[in-house]
Amino acid sequence: MSSVVQITGLRKQYNGQEVVRGVDLSVPAGSCFGLLGPNGAGKTTTLRLLLGQSPLNGGEIRVFGLPIPQAGRAVRARTGVVPQADNLDPDFTVAENLRVYGRYFGIAAATLDARIRELLEFVGLTDRANARIATLSGGMKRRLTIARALINDPELVVLDEPTTGLDPQVRHMIWGRLRDLRQAGKTLLLTTHYMEEAERLCDELIIMDQGRILEQGTPAALIRQHVEPEVIEVRGEENLARRALESAGDGRFEAVGDTYYYYTRDAREVVKRLEGMPGLTFLHRPGNLEDVFLKLTGRELRD
Amino acid sequence: MTILFLPRFQAAALAVWRRNTLVWRKLAGPSIFINFGEPFLYLLGLGYGLGLFIGEMMHMPYLTFLASGILASSAMNTASFEAMFSVYTRMIPQKTYEAILTTPLEVQDILAGEMLWCATKCVISGTAILIVAALLGAVHTWHALWVPPVLFLIGLCFSGMGLVMTALAPGYDFFNYYVTLVLTPMFILSGVFYPVTSLPVALQSIVQLLPLAHAVDLIRPLVAGLPLSNVPLHIAVLAGYGAAGYFIAVHLTRRRLLV
Repeated sequence: MSSVVQITGLRKQYNGQEVVRGVDLSVPAGSCFGLLGPNGAGKTTTLRLLLGQSPLNGGEIRVFGLPIPQAGRAVRARTGVVPQADNLDPDFTVAENLRVYGRYFGIAAATLDARIRELLEFVGLTDRANARIATLSGGMKRRLTIARALINDPELVVLDEPTTGLDPQVRHMIWGRLRDLRQAGKTLLLTTHYMEEAERLCDELIIMDQGRILEQGTPAALIRQHVEPEVIEVRGEENLARRALESAGDGRFEAVGDTYYYYTRDAREVVKRLEGMPGLTFLHRPGNLEDVFLKLTGRELRD
Repeated sequence: MTILFLPRFQAAALAVWRRNTLVWRKLAGPSIFINFGEPFLYLLGLGYGLGLFIGEMMHMPYLTFLASGILASSAMNTASFEAMFSVYTRMIPQKTYEAILTTPLEVQDILAGEMLWCATKCVISGTAILIVAALLGAVHTWHALWVPPVLFLIGLCFSGMGLVMTALAPGYDFFNYYVTLVLTPMFILSGVFYPVTSLPVALQSIVQLLPLAHAVDLIRPLVAGLPLSNVPLHIAVLAGYGAAGYFIAVHLTRRRLLV
């Protein structure tokens, strides 16, 4: 399978501080590829670099086989971008935003009109075509930003935290649309710190922290590789919880604030024991990507 | 590493120009009203009022002298303010350029489009002044039809310079320095209200280095129906300031936005 994005040894520093330290990655054509990491991991910087919006300090980037930043213009002509913060043009209506943006790509007026109709339909904003940006909700703005990113019928769509700050209805709608795009053969490259989003959408992902790649693989493989299949979360009196879990057997125990985590291959024994302890509340669930993420990047707060 | 670049005019710049035109059209009513109203006040108040006492200046009625000076200086102001306040708004708080830079356009296209737009705005507002001046009887020749293209050139000149300030500005307040230290002295010294020849000789040679003096020297004979002189020099000075401003602004804006 050919790579749409090929990055080797990528380095970037701001004011002497290195924020991307030797990143290698390869995004296969037609896949949805996720970049996961806490704030400050270097995800957004990596995206800016691959769009030719920032000079690199080392390494090599090729998109569609073309060198970046030299071929930035040609690469951006075939790429759609959904930025982290909305930057819709407040001077214009919904449809005008798409039209003005489409002109930056040199799209002919007739083609543009047809595409605007299709895209408004695609993101469910047809009846808002003439609304001012200031009157849109956060979810509508995000959907419009996604429509805008598709105006040039891109082969690659880059999305920086596409669903941050949105309600569940909008998130599910956007996930559905992103799956449609993938079905249509487009390559998606997205950053997120919603593990659920990554698990649902991504064929493959990398976990980054402090400018480096920690892990790479499919969501299922990463979960298999790094966490036990079953997890029990317990809340309640500390001594009781410790007693119930620490003596439980070969599992892994972790205390975080007022919650106690127990990771194990077989939770039946512990579940039975916890059911007999009314002083504790517990949740028995499968291991997930969030467990992998927290295990690899630690639990300290980031800013 | 600084990447050397060769800014070139791209058709893409026209997309930026069209964006700004579309915004302007939405507010065209009020802005055309202002474009006509302001010169009426200036020319009636100052031109007739002062004109009564002054009579003629440099072999033309004072109203004609003043109208031609105001044509040049208002083009300077229009271009400078658009290139500073409006461009800054699009560049920083409104993030319009951030969005544009994810398309094939690059900084040099955006700034070229902005300069074309600033110059267009000068033609619109300057033509309104010219019409008002003609209605008041201050325009003496059909050569005045050459004024709009000259306004376009003046617009390119001052928008190029203004874009340099915008690229450097940490906030809107920064523009006050440029207005107070550069634009206002130029407005007062460059022959808008009185001939440059009435200044001390040392000062006259400094004024000849300023673009507004050359703008006035091009516009005034076209309005008064007097012979033009040193046309290539005037055009070269205006184009030179504009081009230098554009190159410096592209370099500085790239450094600011493409970090």
